[in-house]
Amino acid sequence: MMKGFMVFLAKLISGASARWVGSVPERRQRIYFANHTSNLDALVLWAVLPAEIRALTRPVAARDYWSKGIRRYIANEIFHAILIERKKPTARDNPIEQILTAMGNDKSIIIFPEGGRQTGDAPTEFKSGLYHLAQKCPDAELIPVLMDNLNRILPKGEVLPVPLIGHVTFGPPMKLLPDESKQAFLERARAEVMRLHDL
Amino acid sequence: MNLKFDQEILWLGGGVFTLLLVATVIGQWLRYRVKSDSGQKTIQNLNARTKAWWFMVAVFALAMVAGRGGTVILFGLISFLALREFITLTPTRLGDHRTLFWVFFVITPLQYVLLWYDWYELFIILIPVYAFLFVPLRSAVAGDCEKFLERTAKIQWGLMVCVYCVSHAPALLFLNIPGYEGENGKLLFYFVCIAQISDVLQYVWGKTLGRHKIAPTVSPNKTWEGFIGGIATAVAIGAGLWWATPFTPLQSAGMSLAITLMGYAGGLVMSAIKRDRGVKDYGTLIEGHGGVMDRIDSICFAAPVFFHLTRYYFT
Repeated sequence: MMKGFMVFLAKLISGASARWVGSVPERRQRIYFANHTSNLDALVLWAVLPAEIRALTRPVAARDYWSKGIRRYIANEIFHAILIERKKPTARDNPIEQILTAMGNDKSIIIFPEGGRQTGDAPTEFKSGLYHLAQKCPDAELIPVLMDNLNRILPKGEVLPVPLIGHVTFGPPMKLLPDESKQAFLERARAEVMRLHDL
Repeated sequence: MNLKFDQEILWLGGGVFTLLLVATVIGQWLRYRVKSDSGQKTIQNLNARTKAWWFMVAVFALAMVAGRGGTVILFGLISFLALREFITLTPTRLGDHRTLFWVFFVITPLQYVLLWYDWYELFIILIPVYAFLFVPLRSAVAGDCEKFLERTAKIQWGLMVCVYCVSHAPALLFLNIPGYEGENGKLLFYFVCIAQISDVLQYVWGKTLGRHKIAPTVSPNKTWEGFIGGIATAVAIGAGLWWATPFTPLQSAGMSLAITLMGYAGGLVMSAIKRDRGVKDYGTLIEGHGGVMDRIDSICFAAPVFFHLTRYYFT
């Protein structure tokens, strides 16, 4: 019930609804990757997914941010976040391994490859995690997602949200091409997210 | 003093009910009759609009039954949703965040609280004076000067249109009209009916007979035929409803003319803004109609004028 309430609340505050262009909600293993501008991003992206797909989808989130108080409760009990170490990953505490284990062979994930929230309009360079995931799960579909206007609802550094209307756009799936370099792939993934502005 | 439910208000309600019933039947009949693809599209939109009308009328009726409180709350929510759509389309900056928080959660509710306590002197200047001074101050304190005047002007404009102007419609319930005590519910009903029916009739006349565009750069769907036909029929209906108002038939025709002309002006201005921002509708909340702002654009402009005309001449 708390889950249903959080979904309702996230949709109410963000006014967001999902717009699917070039892909449809499907029960298959997917990696949703999106630009990151607001603390609401993970919650809202997760909330706008259809319920049966939402149940199989877990956001990847920073352990340092999500392991305190109410956030910890939301991360653990509501959307079952995969909490990773983003500051200093070690061999023992390897985020990629952790995500792969959590994905198994049927779970989908939500990640924000910029690694932190940005204040500008365009996403900054993507970190390499997305590339490693694409390499290690060739069967998972990579779905670019654009989070639009959420930075105005709850910008970085603010606590109180302003009830504007956000938009979440899901784009067509992309794949890691054979022989594609890490740099080229990450740049292409970033362009796929930005391109959704115009679709 | 609360709203009185007499024979006349039942007649008004029954009239709207019958009208919607007729529209629903015609819509369903057209669905089977029209064959062309573009025609089908128009009919689909028409039927979606009618369906949404049932919903809007039901909400309005419920609020009226709940009395003045319910109606004030309903219009407060309408203002909130309209402002949300308006500010979403308006480029503001990070520096406006806290200003916007005040605008949404303090100034907007306060306007309706003042209305509820019937504190007319403050109600009428809260946004044009105090919000006008507060909004730029709060943004200046936040320290971002880029496009400062533009941002401030847009926020103030949104407040004026979505909150200040809209709040004049429920303010009709608080006017003291001699010989009409307790009957103000009918006046609000009359106002909303004329403003909305004029929109509908302009649409119907325009769709059936419209040839000559009246404002091609602003709103390509508006035609002279729609404008004249819609306003003439709406004024005729308004004159015919004089018995529900404190007006004589002639006065009622004049009032309806003022409401419909201002309503047209509202639609035109809000279209110009949409055009400038490159969108067709303000939102997607009401199926077939677009957003809340698309549905109340005529009310925004007509409410203050109708309110002051009534207040000046009849109280």
